Amino acid sequence: MNVFLTSIFVIVSVITLVGALGVVMARTVFASGLWLILSFAGVAGLYVLLEAPFLAAAQILIYVGAVAVLILFAVMLTRRVMGDPGVSQNNSQWGAAAVVAALMFIVLSLTSVQNWRPSTESPPLLAVNALGEAFLGPYLLPFEIVSVVLLVALVGAIILARE
Amino acid sequence: MVSGLDFQLFLPETILLVGGIAVLIADLFLRERADRETNLAWVSLAILVAALVASAAQYGVSESLFRSSADPVAPGAFVVDGFTTFFRIIAILTTIIVFLASVEYVRGRTAFRGEFFALMIFSTLAMTLMAGSTDLVMVIISLEFLSITSYILTGYLRGNVKSNEGAVKYFLYGSITTAITFYGASLLFGVAGSTNLYDIAARFADPTAIIGTPLMSLVLPAIIFLLAGFGFKIALVPFHQWSPDAYEGAPTPVTAFLSVGPKAAGFAMLLRVFAVALPEFTHEWAALMIGVAMVTMTLGNIVALSQTNVKRLLAYSSIAQAGYMLIGVAGVSVANIAGIAPGEGGAGLAIDGTAGVLLYILAYLFTNLGLFIGVIAVDYLAGSDTLPGYAGLLRRAPFLTVAMTIFFLSLVGIPPTAGFIGKFWVFGAAIQNQLFALAAVGAINGVISVVYYFRILKQMWYEAPADPTPLRLPGTMNAALWICLSLTLLIGLFPAPFIEFANQSIHMLGVFVRS
Repeated sequence: MNVFLTSIFVIVSVITLVGALGVVMARTVFASGLWLILSFAGVAGLYVLLEAPFLAAAQILIYVGAVAVLILFAVMLTRRVMGDPGVSQNNSQWGAAAVVAALMFIVLSLTSVQNWRPSTESPPLLAVNALGEAFLGPYLLPFEIVSVVLLVALVGAIILARE
Repeated sequence: MVSGLDFQLFLPETILLVGGIAVLIADLFLRERADRETNLAWVSLAILVAALVASAAQYGVSESLFRSSADPVAPGAFVVDGFTTFFRIIAILTTIIVFLASVEYVRGRTAFRGEFFALMIFSTLAMTLMAGSTDLVMVIISLEFLSITSYILTGYLRGNVKSNEGAVKYFLYGSITTAITFYGASLLFGVAGSTNLYDIAARFADPTAIIGTPLMSLVLPAIIFLLAGFGFKIALVPFHQWSPDAYEGAPTPVTAFLSVGPKAAGFAMLLRVFAVALPEFTHEWAALMIGVAMVTMTLGNIVALSQTNVKRLLAYSSIAQAGYMLIGVAGVSVANIAGIAPGEGGAGLAIDGTAGVLLYILAYLFTNLGLFIGVIAVDYLAGSDTLPGYAGLLRRAPFLTVAMTIFFLSLVGIPPTAGFIGKFWVFGAAIQNQLFALAAVGAINGVISVVYYFRILKQMWYEAPADPTPLRLPGTMNAALWICLSLTLLIGLFPAPFIEFANQSIHMLGVFVRS
């Protein structure tokens, strides 16, 4: 990896991490939601660096475009949260968080120092065809079941939220 | 891509899926009718019975479904074999019994009764999918499917603070374990290069592919992360913290459901993934199971001693029961699952751990659900779920008291009840595999459990009731109670056909044997 790519990687990673920290440290849920958009966008940048342009586009369209906006709408529609900005958004257990983060760091670094064999094949420029065939080939059943899961989640949301 | 045979063998799931949607739609059109609930309840019950018959009809089938057309020899994402059939039947039976016990209970407690029936059917679908999944993607999606229906059902009583609290805790805990499970699956995918359990096993069986490379060091973290996901569904220690709150807050029929259905489905998935994909690592995961089984039994039983809410007490009791089942998993012999007859490979009488787990789950299903029907009845008729609410139950509902006493004896494992057969089989498997310490811890725990079961029995038999009016169980609850009671005694008195059923059900399609 040359210097240019490395510096891009560092910038994108910093954006992702700052966004993630912002989510947990923001004073209001609404601000957390905004920070989440930044973090999602950073992850899209990582996908671009990994030569997965389709995944990056999907990340921006679905997570940045739809999921984050939906979260912000949900927050704005929740009267009690919008009305009272004084509620703390985290439980301030920094010690426990530090332990978990350290453990996670150990596992992740163990994973990344492995001698992964780099693939000799060049990645497909647009993997959409292969993705479509995978969805309707070996992953047909999970692909169809996901729609049932979404239906059930929708029914559940109505039950739990209808006035 | 999808052949006619696939549809035929996927019939139980198809019935549940179409049935669940049909109940939702019928609920909409019957909204104005006064007899809507009774009709919906009978229709839902008919759907479940139809799915049960369709599952039982596939006894002895062993086939992989949804194979890719590009590579027709490769196994697909779902299999129907003896193991799937067993857990399909367990899942549907659990829902039928809980359903019978809850029809009267949900009346008047929630405005969404049609949706409640539909969600029960969808939960059953999720559990049957878990039973037959042979692809990591399918494994995680069906696990998540069952989790989502469980969260909704736990928080069903919207006006009840405890119900909300239980559901939120369950949801938060579940979301994190889902993420960890995904991470574990991605590690396994990274090591083996496939999400299909059979392909993963084939990669590990190839002595030149992975064995000896640095990739091997990632397999153990993957196993632990996957165990976190399955352990969460089963409520194994240390993934159990959600369960007492969720059990206490959930509507009592849902508690009954959670204490059996997801546990059984979680065990199905745990056994399937580890036995099919990771037979090369049997020593590693069996060792993990020994440790987890020991802490699960001990913590469940010791914390149960100090509980005063019956639903919480039974939550800890069911954690301990899952620990006993795990003894069987630790004594699993992969050779037996692969279809080599017990005894062929080694010493005379061979008790297989998997058969022990299946038998234990079968016994536990009827025992624990029977006990919970009593809890549902007391909650429904007397409005109490604390220990003093059970005072003098003998005088208020003599038959229920006697039945519940039998269920308690079965949970402890005293003959001639089903629990004895289950315990005998898992402990037998442990001793045959020379896991003496594990068996000893299990036996000590069995003694501890007597103490807190006896506290409830003492209330029921010896205390004077605060309100001596007799409790009359509704007909559907009585029917469910009779089903559980007769099967608990039947398995205990005539175990032979049930043992045969469990022995036939341990065969999983195409399990690789270490040569």
